[in-house]
Amino acid sequence: MDVVLLSRIQFAVSIGFHYIFPPLAIGLGVVLVWLEGAFLRTRDPIYETAARFWTKVFALNFAIGVATGIVMEFQFGTNWATYSRFVGDVFGSALAAEGIFAFFLESGFLAVLVFGWDRVGPKMHFFSTLMVSLGSIFSSVWIVVANSWQQTPAGHHIVPVLRNGVPLVRNGEPVLRAEIVDFWALVFNPSTVHRLVHVWIGAFLVGAFFVMSIAAWYLLKGRHTEFARRSFDGGLALAAVSALAMFVSGHGQAGSVYRHQPAKLAAFEGHYRTGPADMNLFGFPDDSAQSVRYGVAIPGGLGLLLHGDPSKPVVGLDRFRPEDRPPVGITFQSYHVMVGLGTLFVGLTLLAAFFRWRGTLYQTRWLLWLFVPAVLLPIVGNELGWVAAEVGRQPWIVHPKVTWTADGSDLVVGPAGHVVYDEREGLRTLDAASPNVTAGQVLGSLVGFGLIYLALGAVWVFILDRKIKHGPEEPPGDSPAVPDGALAAAGLRAGHEGRMTGGDGSRG
Amino acid sequence: MSYEALCVTWFILEGVLLTGYALLDGFDLGVGILHPFVPRTDLERRISMNSIGPLWDGNEVWLVTFGGALFAAFPEAYASVFSGFYTAFMLLLIALISRAVSMEFRSKMESPAWRRFWDWAFFGGSFTASLLFGVAVGNAMIGVPLDDAGNFTGSVLDQLGPYPLLVGVMTVSLFAMHGGLFLYLKTEGEFQQRLREWMWRSWGLFMVTFMLTTIATVALIPRATENFRRFPWAIVVVVGTVLAVANIPRCLFRDKPGLAFLSSGGVIAGLVALFGLALYPNLVTATGDPTRSVTIFNAASSPKTLGIMLIIAAVGMPFVLTYSGVIYWTFRGKVKLGDHSY
Ligand code: HDD
Ligand code: HEM
Ligand code: HEM
Repeated sequence: MDVVLLSRIQFAVSIGFHYIFPPLAIGLGVVLVWLEGAFLRTRDPIYETAARFWTKVFALNFAIGVATGIVMEFQFGTNWATYSRFVGDVFGSALAAEGIFAFFLESGFLAVLVFGWDRVGPKMHFFSTLMVSLGSIFSSVWIVVANSWQQTPAGHHIVPVLRNGVPLVRNGEPVLRAEIVDFWALVFNPSTVHRLVHVWIGAFLVGAFFVMSIAAWYLLKGRHTEFARRSFDGGLALAAVSALAMFVSGHGQAGSVYRHQPAKLAAFEGHYRTGPADMNLFGFPDDSAQSVRYGVAIPGGLGLLLHGDPSKPVVGLDRFRPEDRPPVGITFQSYHVMVGLGTLFVGLTLLAAFFRWRGTLYQTRWLLWLFVPAVLLPIVGNELGWVAAEVGRQPWIVHPKVTWTADGSDLVVGPAGHVVYDEREGLRTLDAASPNVTAGQVLGSLVGFGLIYLALGAVWVFILDRKIKHGPEEPPGDSPAVPDGALAAAGLRAGHEGRMTGGDGSRG
Repeated sequence: MSYEALCVTWFILEGVLLTGYALLDGFDLGVGILHPFVPRTDLERRISMNSIGPLWDGNEVWLVTFGGALFAAFPEAYASVFSGFYTAFMLLLIALISRAVSMEFRSKMESPAWRRFWDWAFFGGSFTASLLFGVAVGNAMIGVPLDDAGNFTGSVLDQLGPYPLLVGVMTVSLFAMHGGLFLYLKTEGEFQQRLREWMWRSWGLFMVTFMLTTIATVALIPRATENFRRFPWAIVVVVGTVLAVANIPRCLFRDKPGLAFLSSGGVIAGLVALFGLALYPNLVTATGDPTRSVTIFNAASSPKTLGIMLIIAAVGMPFVLTYSGVIYWTFRGKVKLGDHSY
């Protein structure tokens, strides 16, 4: 197999795994802030109990997020050296800003959040929680800025690379790179804001469903019911609002993709021929037949969505040379499952909200059962959204601009009826890998990471399961005295304030 | 600021980030290296891990930021180094992952086999990462084969020469010493006493490898000595570093472990500074044809980017230093195990 393909697979595997954790951190962070805020306001110990419980879960997720994030930070250089040289001037500053503004904040205050319960007062603790939550949101800002720039570049120009004063030439052509002209135009490139909002909502959905899943399980088992009800209510409110907002935000995303990356949108919808466009609910795009098979579609739906007019033409894949088209199958399916899940979330949360309003939610066992595994769905939704966005960006790693005709109804095309991209403006994924890394090396690291991530994932699920089964500590006062662990009792110097170990000796 | 001055400023700032990383994560890694040897009971192992529990993640961010800033300020170097040392970096990443998760996972089960496994993962990750950092520094000093675009052209084995390995061993002993001193400050009683002999051992090993490295550097890397002729004031750094090394046993005898720890920090900062001085203006030295070296001038981003980054650093770093200070202050004193400890 060739290096580029292996590097692509490695990138997809490692970011796919990393991306399980950041949304959990962002989502749970919001939940923690809310719980601690409620504790400060009401001084009801159940909120503190809940916050302490979710903190432990948060810390576990966070550790894996951090461990896998480092891989991402260095992978641009290890596997995509040519790309790094091309984009470093614009892209690197976003990555560095992420370290300085976000990661320090997050990891620093995380110490107080996790280990500081007995060292600082509740106000300082609340402040730390707030900072961690802000930090995790900031980390998403800068990395999404970087990604959005590579989808819809702006604020830069392309210049030849100089080596000791003279232009560097490779294979007879000058080597180029992107340099910043306007920092804020780069940061607020056309897709940043849409994408950020969408990513945040996706993270809130994960956090909310995660809380609801565990709470539903406790409710079904009749354990920690008071804690579980409050958690579920909070989660449900967040999920319902997010699910509705997701639709609005997703609609904005689709419009923006059409304007800047029309080939991607055509692949999302399996829209092969320019002209009036249906919206497929599902189906199987078939490249050889240039149509979607077994599809169920809303006639004119796509035109309605993009132009507000079902009969208006929508640019299709036929405007692009075959080598400039993204792979349609994966892009189509991942996009459609994401949208399908978004629809499902609206239905599910509104249904639960209805039962809650009627006051029967906690007795409706089948519905609670649905929520236990439902946490997997938003995680899948997030992953597939990225697959759609990133595979749909192909064959470009940095997507060049497209030009629309003056009335905006069609793309400016060359004599053959195809869009002629300015190759200097973009960079093809095929040309972006490290020239001196061998397939064997990448295969080795891919297998290594694959095995390690499998093991990490398994241990994570296993420990999470134990934590959940163990549950939150009962609020002080109405619980039987918690025996100190034998180890700590025999020990050197252990904490004098507060409890030392959990009842079963499992720590965390 | 002129373009040249910007390039030099960013070279220095990268040095600052690297120093911050080596100073801070250095003791985390050192605690990991000593982990199988010093703590004997399960409780002691927990104390060992919890001594760095609240701190290691923030410390590691210095490395992450160093990487991000290298990408932004010197993209050519970022691309050359990371793709050139591909296999070494993958090992480093695996080592850092293993260090990170072993602390989080170890405490979650009572089973001795489970805990033993994560104890070794903690050690293995810390040891390997320290060794690889040293090997990387050694390679940067002695040079690697590069083509005219700055791509590494050798094989993995070329990177495991005797000089890089020597620097690697020196780094391991340095971090072990630094971590031992840190742990000494964080512990009490018999555990603390047991640390003493390990501090001596690592100090001795460091002394030997430090002297060997110095001799090898003078003998093998003429550019390093040339730079010292160019910057005569650099002798201050050399003398300061040697004094700091000598001060460690002095402080240990006089039972001033806090000062000894500061001195070992001084040694680390001095060594990073010397490394930078010897390297300047190269980031990656090409063996053979010196025009192929990746230097701070031919690897840099545009002046505009370097300026923007300077603003980002100027806005961000005061915050970073402030809350890092607050957090170190919050977790001062001896290790206490609590409900949320590892
Ligand atoms: C819980 C997760 C989730 C859910 C339910 C949805 N999305 Fe989404 N979507 C994401 C999570 C996500 C994401 C992971 O956050 C992505 C990947 C890249 C991005 O910008 O956000 C994404 C990307 C993404 C893109 C591609 C952006 C690009 O390629 O530049 C579009 C057009 C949409 N979404 C549209 C929608 C629509 C119309 C939805 C219907 C409700 C929807 N999404 C639900
Ligand atoms: C290729 C892209 C990415 C890189 C280079 C990257 C880099 C990193 C690094 C180095 C860390 C560890 C920081 C630490 O040590 O504290 C991290 C954690 C994190 N990243 Fe990523 N990341 C990427 C993608 C993303 C995306 C797309 C998001 C969010 C939308 C994100 C959000 C976070 C968050 C919130 C954390 C904190 C740890 C956690 O919550 O799991 N990252 N990332
Ligand atoms: C966090 C969620 C993300 C996911 C799940 C994701 C997913 C993917 C996938 C599936 C690929 C392979 C596509 C293909 O080669 O066909 C890919 C490639 C890539 N992505 Fe992303 N991505 C994410 C975020 C990011 C971010 C934040 C960046 C940049 C800052 C980024 C930069 C890249 C690069 C450089 C490649 C490799 C080259 C390429 O194939 O285009 N990705 N990603």
